[in-house]
Amino acid sequence: MKALTTFAAATLTAGTALAQENVLTVYAGDYIVSEWGPGPKIEELFEARCDCDLQFKPGDLLPRLLLEGQATEADVVFGLNTDVTKRARESGLFAPHGQDTDALTLPIDWTDDIFLPFNYGHTAFVYDTERLAEPPQSFDALREAGDDLRLVIQDPRTSISGLALALWVQSVYGEEAEAAWADLSDNVLTVTKGWSESYGLFTDGEADMVLSYTTSPAYHIIAEDDDTVKAAIFPEGHYFMVELAAVTSTTDVPELAQDFMAFILSEEFQEMIATGNWSFPAALPQERWPDGFRQLDLPDEVLFYSEDEAAELKDQAIEAWRAGLSR
Amino acid sequence: MARRSLALIAAAAVLALTLVPVAAVLIRAGGLSAFAPGDGQALRFTLVQATLSAGFSVLFAVPVARALARRNFPGRGLLVALLGAPFILPVIVAVLGLIATFGSNGIVNRGLAALGLPEMTIYGLHGVVIAHVFFNLPLATRLVLQGWLAMPGERLRLAASLGLSPWAMFRTLEAPMLARILPGAFAVIFVICLSSFAVALTLGGGPRATTVELAIYQAMRFDFDLGRAASLSLLQLALAVVAGLVALRLSGGASFGAGLDRRVARWDGRGFGARLLDGGAILIVALFLLTPLTLVALRGAPGLLQLGAGTLEAAWHSLSVALASTALCLLWALPLATRRGELLGLLGIAISPLVLGTGLFLLVRPVMNPFALALPVTALVNALVSLPFALRILRPEAEAIREDFGRLAGSLGLSGWAWTRWVLLPRLKRPLGFAAGLTAALSMGDLGVIALFADPDRATLPLQVYRLMGSYQMEAAQGAALLLLMASLALFWLFDRGGRVGA
Repeated sequence: MKALTTFAAATLTAGTALAQENVLTVYAGDYIVSEWGPGPKIEELFEARCDCDLQFKPGDLLPRLLLEGQATEADVVFGLNTDVTKRARESGLFAPHGQDTDALTLPIDWTDDIFLPFNYGHTAFVYDTERLAEPPQSFDALREAGDDLRLVIQDPRTSISGLALALWVQSVYGEEAEAAWADLSDNVLTVTKGWSESYGLFTDGEADMVLSYTTSPAYHIIAEDDDTVKAAIFPEGHYFMVELAAVTSTTDVPELAQDFMAFILSEEFQEMIATGNWSFPAALPQERWPDGFRQLDLPDEVLFYSEDEAAELKDQAIEAWRAGLSR
Repeated sequence: MARRSLALIAAAAVLALTLVPVAAVLIRAGGLSAFAPGDGQALRFTLVQATLSAGFSVLFAVPVARALARRNFPGRGLLVALLGAPFILPVIVAVLGLIATFGSNGIVNRGLAALGLPEMTIYGLHGVVIAHVFFNLPLATRLVLQGWLAMPGERLRLAASLGLSPWAMFRTLEAPMLARILPGAFAVIFVICLSSFAVALTLGGGPRATTVELAIYQAMRFDFDLGRAASLSLLQLALAVVAGLVALRLSGGASFGAGLDRRVARWDGRGFGARLLDGGAILIVALFLLTPLTLVALRGAPGLLQLGAGTLEAAWHSLSVALASTALCLLWALPLATRRGELLGLLGIAISPLVLGTGLFLLVRPVMNPFALALPVTALVNALVSLPFALRILRPEAEAIREDFGRLAGSLGLSGWAWTRWVLLPRLKRPLGFAAGLTAALSMGDLGVIALFADPDRATLPLQVYRLMGSYQMEAAQGAALLLLMASLALFWLFDRGGRVGA
């Protein structure tokens, strides 16, 4: 009975929303939309300047969009990663963002006219200085670390950060990637489905290092006033991870969607996103970053595969991971 | 006859809800695609872990259930209720609880280190099996316990007055009961373990622990290869059907005949050896199951204070979904409580939730906005997924009642409502309460198909746990998990207790 009332209420709300004009429907991941993510803030800031209603629809991004095809109600998709841009581009479901990419402050060149970055980070192994006083200083040192150094990582077949790790190892070691994984296999305590499980194991003290991002320490510094969590910086370089937004080609509010793209590059958004999504802002000079972010260690060398290269290497990188860790 | 047509409607609903979504995915994919090279290995690992997990769960359940059946001690009711808890925990929380117990930094290893003993590792095939036994031993125990409790008191009294030795007692009374119960219990647990994936991966320690369900996830969410996802899920479905058919063949055997529904004291198991055995079984299982749960509770307690309005609202949504799916599931299960019905019910857990969710999404979308349907769809799918458990619980007793009272009812001309009201329901009270408790708790804890249907304003509690964890809020997440655990247990206890009133 209760479910029925909820159902009726839900249908009603859906009905009123449709009747209202100027609704911007944004598909975004759960972590964006949740009350601890940047979603509520984004909604507040954008609605203050657009005279419209921004509605987030959390959940899967590209899988859902591909299922819906041309009939999708999404106007903007927020939070895509580079591992899906090729597939997304080929679907023909996206339109140019219309923004000037010169405004970007990324460590790599970005000239894509469809996918617009809003924040970035790099893959990194994160540790706690109180539990691990002497972390490995390079990827090579990590390979040679003794059995007692325990790592948790994510599966490249189910998680974006896991895939970035596989590509990271691929770009550092190339043909030797499988051998590198074999060296790491006695340190990899376990592999989890997603980032949350890994990070939970790390904070519980089960592992010494966790595959996470160069930006993770900022959370602990700013939100918990704890500066013992650090990312180990390797001279071999770190793999670049960026989050992207795009306008759908089927949107019925193209101007509003363009406004949203412009909003993403605005100072207001960029100043908020660092602590909103715990990532580096994509279009904000370093000196304007929030305090905790400016003190983070940054890699000198940033590694990144273009979407075509990544598409070509993906299977090989995952197979090296599988074969190396299965030894 | 009304009963037959109700059964047909219920069966058709199960078939429609499982096969039509798969068909929708298949049509969308434009046909099945070939398996990938790694799929053979995934299939092997899936079968091995599911067989071992179900085997050990059922094996250990026998001594524990017997001990619970013939012992009475303070706190027994509470223990029986708490034993239901692992089954209903969200996977991620249970895994963290298990790792806090058996992990390299867990209390077992800290104990071993204090004694100067070598470290044990939880990661590997044995870890997967331990986790699955942790999840499913309670269910197996309850299923077997029911078999023991359903033995008519008159038979036990007769056995006692004949002075049967424990061995003779086992052969004449207990073994036939076990032969009737165990294959079904094995099958249902085997099928649950078939679709395990996050547990298997995390505790399996790496790519060797790849299951078919992981391959489905990869195909669906990462490679967008719907055809391969459909092929894999049909393979999984076929395995489940085979397991169900085998269990059905094996689980024949006569029942004990009717009793007078009287509860009698047990005369067996009074010797010192039997007491030791029973005490040991109860102690070990309680330690094994309750340690991780206690750790979950201890770690969650500080987080309880951080829970915001969003989490409480999510708890309310979960509660509504749980109650709705419980009502639905019981109404669904009653007409299906037959041999064929139980086999059919297995389909509900045999089908990959991802494929089911995607299929439903494809079906619902042309008609209405799927976001608006988030909670009703969740309730419906939870009812479907709980159906095999409800049927496993209800069927043995429902069948026995039909067998024992069918002739009497026939001679009195009892049928339809009168039969249900005066014969069936009063005798089914205990299993019904248990089934309702389990369904309610399961649907509190189940994340189900919500990924595609998620609605920003209508999160459920398990989803909230994941959202919290995804935003670095580990402590609040553990608090929300504890809230979930308590709410699930309370529901389970209320229903289960309700079914045991006066028993």
